[in-house]
Order: sequence, then C-alpha cells, then structure tokens
Amino acid sequence: MHLILFFLFAGFCLAGAINLLLQSHPISSALSLIVVMTSLAVLYLLLGAEFLAAAQVIVYAGAIMVLFTLVVMLLNAGREERTLGSHAARGVGFPAVVVILGVLATVILKAQGLGVARLADGITSTEELSKVLFTELLLPFEVTSVLVLIAILGAVALARHGHGDPHDNGGADPLGNRERTADR
Amino acid sequence: MNQLFSQLPQEVPLSWYLLLSAALFSLGVVGFLIKRNLITVFMSIELMLNAVNLSFVTFAHQWHAVKGQIFVFFVMMVAAAEAAVGLAIIIAVFRARVTLAVDRIDLMKL
Repeated sequence: MHLILFFLFAGFCLAGAINLLLQSHPISSALSLIVVMTSLAVLYLLLGAEFLAAAQVIVYAGAIMVLFTLVVMLLNAGREERTLGSHAARGVGFPAVVVILGVLATVILKAQGLGVARLADGITSTEELSKVLFTELLLPFEVTSVLVLIAILGAVALARHGHGDPHDNGGADPLGNRERTADR
Repeated sequence: MNQLFSQLPQEVPLSWYLLLSAALFSLGVVGFLIKRNLITVFMSIELMLNAVNLSFVTFAHQWHAVKGQIFVFFVMMVAAAEAAVGLAIIIAVFRARVTLAVDRIDLMKL
C-alpha cells in the first residue's frame, strides 16, 4: 500500500513540477505548483509527519499559493514570451544542473544505512513536536514571529500605492496608475 | 485483489524519497533558468524550498528525530515571509517598469 501511494503521489509531484516548466501562462504554473505541494503533503504523511502535512496544505498550498494567484491576477500577467535566455544560463546553468543531479543521485544511491519507510512505522504526533518546539526551541519560535511581523510591515510598505513609481502623484489619484497602464 | 496487494513489498526505501527530492530540486533550478516571467521564476524558488523540505522530513524519519520536522516548520514560516515580501517587490517592480519579463528588467545586469 505504501509503495502504491508513494508512486502515485511522487508521480503527481514530478508531473506537476514538469507541467510548471512547460506551461506558458503563470496561472497554469501556479495551479501545477499547488498540485506539487498537496502531493508533498501526502508524502509527509507517509513519512509520519502529521503536523507538517497539515501545515503544508494550510501554509503552502493555502496561504502562499493564494498570494501567488492573487498577484498573477492583480498584475494581469499574460502569456510569457519565450526567449533563449542568457548565455550564462545556457553555458553554465544547464551543465551545472546535470552535475548537481548526477552527484546527488550517486551519493544517495551509494549511501549505506538508509532505512525504509513503512505504513506501520507510526507517526510523530503533534504533541511530541510541540513539546520540543515550546520548551527547547522557544527562542527561535518567538524570533520567527518577529520575522513574520517585520515581513508583513515590509510587504505593506513596498506594495503601497505610489511607492517605487517616480511619475506617480503620491496616491492622490487612485486611478492614475490604472489609466497609465491602460493607454499603453 | 487483496492477495495482489499483500504480495507487493510493503516498504519503500528512504533513498527513493531522497531521489524524488533531488529531482524536484533540479526541476526547480531548470525552471529558474528557463522561465521568463518574474512570478514563475519565484515559483521555481518555492519548488526548490519544497524539495529541500522533503529531504528534511525523510532524514527526520530515518533518525527518528523531531528536530528535523521542526526545522521544516521554520523553513515554512520563513518561506511565507519571503513570499509576502517577494511578491510585494514584484508589484513594486511592475509599477516602475510595467512589465514582468525578466529580460526587460535588466537595470543591474552587466
């Protein structure tokens, strides 16, 4: 059963990732990335990480991807144009990808002592996880909350209307930006 | 049907999970290189983060360690913050340049 589930959702993962590369419309790429993230949540569950499976669906497939699709729709991102890309990408990037994948695959296949995963292995309960998180790792947890707060403030400050646009009249005319974009 | 299921091996080597993680990471790098839309390039980065998370969870299962899973939790929080700030930057770039094509956002390119 574990084998079937693994192949099914690993296949979904790879298919979604390849589809992300092949689609030329950003919204299709975003939807295939949601498929990848949801399948990864099932794989986490197979590895016994119940809390992370739930967090993956809520935080990644939910919150982050909603943000992505919202920005794609807000900016009305159309079909992307295919260009050849830079010389650096073709000359160094793709050989580097092949080398990285080759080295990683060789190391993983040669590694000794890697165990197996079974359905009977049992799961790490959220209780165990939170015991460590809220005692030993309390300080990093609190620091993360400060980080998220700063990120919210930074996002609002960056995306505020009129910011980063020298021709804008400082937000006095909320339609100014849209008109300028429309008459191009 | 039940007999067919019981004949199948009931376990999956953890190296397969690691291989899947490596493949997803490489696909993320390829996407980062070939995509020509700023938002899709950013999505490829998220794909790489997810691939690394999968290997963290795999190793947490291998060593029966809770801290590996907690590290994934922290990566998720940082990724959420990064997505919020990154998308705000993309909106600011779009306001200034009125394009999302990475070929035309080349002010800092040599």
